[in-house]
Amino acid sequence: MTDTFDDLRDLYQEVILDHGRRPRHARRLESFDATAKGDNPMCGDRIEVWVKYAPDGTIADTGFQARGCAISVASADLMAETVIGRSKADTHALFEAFREMARTGKCPHCDAALAEPLERLEPLAGVHEYPSRVKCATLAWHALVAALDGGKEASSE
Amino acid sequence: MNVDARIPLDRPALLDVARIREDFPILRQTIRGKKLVFLDSAASAQKPRAVIEAMREAMETQYANVHRGLHWMSERTTDAYEAARDAVAALLNARDRHEVVFTRNITDSLNLMAHSYGRGVLRPGQAVVISGMEHHSNIVPWQLLRDDRGIELRVAPITDSGELDMDAFEALLADGRVGLVSMTHMSNVLGTYTPAERIVRIAHAHGAKVLFDGAQAVVHRRVDVQALDCDFYAFTGHKLYGPTGIGVLWGRRELLDAMPPFLGGGEMISSVSYEHSTWAEVPHKFEAGTPPILEGIGLKAAIDYVQAIGYDAIAAHETSLIDHALSRLGAIEGVHILGRAQDRGGVVSFSLDRAHAHDVATLLDRQGIAVRAGHHCAEPLMHRFGLDSTARASFAIYTKHDEIDYLADSLARVREFFK
Repeated sequence: MTDTFDDLRDLYQEVILDHGRRPRHARRLESFDATAKGDNPMCGDRIEVWVKYAPDGTIADTGFQARGCAISVASADLMAETVIGRSKADTHALFEAFREMARTGKCPHCDAALAEPLERLEPLAGVHEYPSRVKCATLAWHALVAALDGGKEASSE
Repeated sequence: MNVDARIPLDRPALLDVARIREDFPILRQTIRGKKLVFLDSAASAQKPRAVIEAMREAMETQYANVHRGLHWMSERTTDAYEAARDAVAALLNARDRHEVVFTRNITDSLNLMAHSYGRGVLRPGQAVVISGMEHHSNIVPWQLLRDDRGIELRVAPITDSGELDMDAFEALLADGRVGLVSMTHMSNVLGTYTPAERIVRIAHAHGAKVLFDGAQAVVHRRVDVQALDCDFYAFTGHKLYGPTGIGVLWGRRELLDAMPPFLGGGEMISSVSYEHSTWAEVPHKFEAGTPPILEGIGLKAAIDYVQAIGYDAIAAHETSLIDHALSRLGAIEGVHILGRAQDRGGVVSFSLDRAHAHDVATLLDRQGIAVRAGHHCAEPLMHRFGLDSTARASFAIYTKHDEIDYLADSLARVREFFK
């Protein structure tokens, strides 16, 4: 009967299970320039993200603490991995592209410059087949973008 | 409970589940090619054909607004709608059919209480007691009342086993300032039945009235409001195999009479002028606007259906299912069941090591199994146990023992998946 879970491998790819189990960036930054909390009131998922900027304004480091499902933790971790070293503008563009990918499974607006980071986020594209789970994947991004924009709280509602 | 409907465990369940399942057309559905295993009835139960047909037939043969038209259709519809009130009165063993108020759902019933009893009868300085295992709908209306009127909200704690701490409960009433105890009759998360008769005795001894949230309890056990000696009892239709959009508030006549209206409008008045309006008698005083007519007709069909099966058999089936579930799920390593109440009903909430409840629910869904995952509208209770969310399987008259076996087998596989 294990085979019956095989069609879930599109959602729970090995990379997601791995990052969900052992996130690399799940830590509070000692010193940071921006922080925000994210909250999905419908399912109780919560996340807090911290951002440290480099002198040129790019993201030097980011970390998070999350309570949530494997999808939300993995997404937060892959996000952190992807945005470190990027400008705010790039991160915003990446968020929009990722959100599109999570909702539709496709990324029609992906410009070539985002191809590489989006490829890294691609394992999460399977979430589009589970509408109630899309917010799990995007919650961390909402919190990160809120932090970049100087906000304190974000909701994936 | 006036009747202890628990049947000794060695007695077989009296329900012919296979036959009952034939009455529920939806149970024939498949989900992504798998048989539907619906274990989310505590959120909302499926509907038997009798309910579907009663509502369809009313729309096709005798439908008009009620209590208004002086014509044949309206009179027939009024009769059918008011028959639902009789059915509820009989279900709860109410003394007087006028004690049965129809609402939209149990949240509406509880808000009616917080408004009309809380603001109309309770006085600032008095207190309302709830328990530590309430649904949000039995927390928030009392918070709004507290903030609006300075009526204190006290929470009776629960024990680690998920039962009401009776000593602490009684202590909360000791100063005589508690006007109302509003408490679940069966927890939607833990399955715990609260000791309703004891609660009423203690509350009355301290001068407090008692309202029970019977959303879960009335589905599984016979409720006799006279035997319980409670003052108010609320439930909702859609969990009792009836339609959405109709709920019930039962209250003692003299208490309802003393309460001001909740919503204003048509149906609830006796006469209206710009200077002054007077209210209709109960229950209509609390039933502003066109009521849930078809839903009332559907609820009556649901009650008739349940009564025909009988609560003795229903309760025995529930006990047998929960015993089976506790033994099967409890045997899976890494599965933790929330609550160990002695007297518990047909819901089982659980968490799984290394797997979040939402991931568990998604994997089970792929097996055709519908469970609920999340905080179950009871966040303070989840936090009491240090959790953010659990998965919950809940049972109904159409639940089969082998569906619980299938759940247990699937959970064991989910555990492998997240190993």
